[in-house]
Amino acid sequence: MSDTTLSAPDVDRPYPPVAWLTSLALGFVVVGGIIMASYAPRQAPLKLATALLVAALVLMATAVVTLARIRQFAWKRFAVIFKWALLAYAIESAMIEFAFVKDHMHGASLVIVTLMLAVFATSVPVTIAFTTARYADLEDD
Amino acid sequence: MSGTAHLTAPAGAEPAGERVKIQIIPVRGLPVVALVMAFVVFAIASNNKWALMFCHVVGGGLWTGIDLFVGLVLGPILGRLSIPARAEFSARFMPKMVIIMPTVVTMNLAAGFQMARELGNLTASSPNHAWLIASFCVVGVMVIVALGILEPANIAVLSEMNKKVPNGERIHRLMNRFIYTAGILGAMQIATLVIMTRVASR
Repeated sequence: MSDTTLSAPDVDRPYPPVAWLTSLALGFVVVGGIIMASYAPRQAPLKLATALLVAALVLMATAVVTLARIRQFAWKRFAVIFKWALLAYAIESAMIEFAFVKDHMHGASLVIVTLMLAVFATSVPVTIAFTTARYADLEDD
Repeated sequence: MSGTAHLTAPAGAEPAGERVKIQIIPVRGLPVVALVMAFVVFAIASNNKWALMFCHVVGGGLWTGIDLFVGLVLGPILGRLSIPARAEFSARFMPKMVIIMPTVVTMNLAAGFQMARELGNLTASSPNHAWLIASFCVVGVMVIVALGILEPANIAVLSEMNKKVPNGERIHRLMNRFIYTAGILGAMQIATLVIMTRVASR
């Protein structure tokens, strides 16, 4: 091993693809958001946006169930990072929601955008917290 | 431990051989972020044209400039440094990026959307409408890459560096994400420059 390496490599524990699921959910709501925004201030076609939202919610639910079933995991580390990232992305989502409400979005469109923002505000913190906690030392947790 | 090189602070900052404890979120920068966010809210709430333009242009200029500079100038330089040098640079650079990038991106997007609405660029009859949809798609790709791939890697690298014995191989693997995605982000930022200058010159 090179003497410039920081440490000897460990074999990383295998984990289910939680970050892939949450990132895919983020992708769906980003596409849904683009569709909703591209029709503003008119009414966007809600069928496609709803389908994308449902797909994102299913992916998020799958990610959460998969995550909850992991036995050996740095849960304390996950919780600390998730909490602060959630705060940051909840503020960011609230700002986007504020812009849509200020622009008189209402009814079903607003409900869909709000749920998309909820997926956005939770998917990114789960991805960040999972990616960090999966590499955390269990004995330090 | 054989083959282990600890991160050390620069001369005068810490006693020689002491590990630098990385502050993942630079707390001292948060009041500045709060001020910027308050200004963005003011710009949107008041629909003040100068404030919206300021947030959009400053946020967008910084976002594009930093992305291109890091991807095309700093990235290749970092790739040629030794792993401890790269780690020490990243330990000081990446926490700053954790608060700078989301702030400039929020400034740019929130104000930009509001301004597009106020200027009528979002209406289907606007000659700029198609260009704006293209810019939404470009931003969408950048959001997925930045938030789904790069930011988790950034935090994970900083967390790894804070361990008693950081795993260099793991840090290297996570940092590779930045190299793999640099081309995508560079292409998207250049597309943004083309689209925005096109919209502004109509």
